[in-house]
Amino acid sequence: MRVTVLFFGVLKEEFGGESEEMELPEGSTVGDLLQRYAARAASRPKLLQSLAVAVNREYAGVADILQQGDEVALLPPVSGGAR
Amino acid sequence: MRIEIVEEAIPADQIAAAMKAGADGAVCVFDGIVRDNTRGRKTLYLDYEAYRDMALSQMRALAEEAIAKYGVRDVALVHRLGRLMVGDTSVLIVVASAHRGAAFDACRWLIDTLKKTVPIWKKEQFEDGAVWADGEPFPEEIVPQSNGTGGQP
Repeated sequence: MRVTVLFFGVLKEEFGGESEEMELPEGSTVGDLLQRYAARAASRPKLLQSLAVAVNREYAGVADILQQGDEVALLPPVSGGAR
Repeated sequence: MRIEIVEEAIPADQIAAAMKAGADGAVCVFDGIVRDNTRGRKTLYLDYEAYRDMALSQMRALAEEAIAKYGVRDVALVHRLGRLMVGDTSVLIVVASAHRGAAFDACRWLIDTLKKTVPIWKKEQFEDGAVWADGEPFPEEIVPQSNGTGGQP
């Protein structure tokens, strides 16, 4: 199955773009997808430790199972508002 | 409720005035503005970006929760994106309520929670470089203890 992955903030620079398509085996979870990115960002482990994941614009857990066509967003800690 | 993400200047006074109704005894306004430094390093400007659809739905959910939790009458939440200069309003929160205590409490809760859960980020441009601002850690219910990346237990 194929999902769309969106990157925000510092992750856009780390993964070289705003989004990409990813092919995953049926039944893959959010955790499975995160492991692929952890491998790609192996030199910067801290980057992925603190992020949240949204599936179809709702926060998701690692055990959530992905579906064909899902929009998965990798979200660094948010920093909106004023300091 | 007034929930908006905008690219242009936020008309803070106008929004606050429009929120007032006869049943209100208090309107509490939080006007978040761009400061001229971060830990002493001079800030030139900030660039804000958002996961827009999700940010709007999160903001709407926060406003609804504030009304239910604190019993206030109405809430406005407006966030600006794009390049903001020192002194510009980045976020405006207006809470209208019969009584001031609930208005203050709801306003404080709204800005504190927005800064942890609404997917908006800022990049700070200094005289000698730019960095993505360190965000606040997500609440535990959003980031599971083990996110499969070998993170801290």
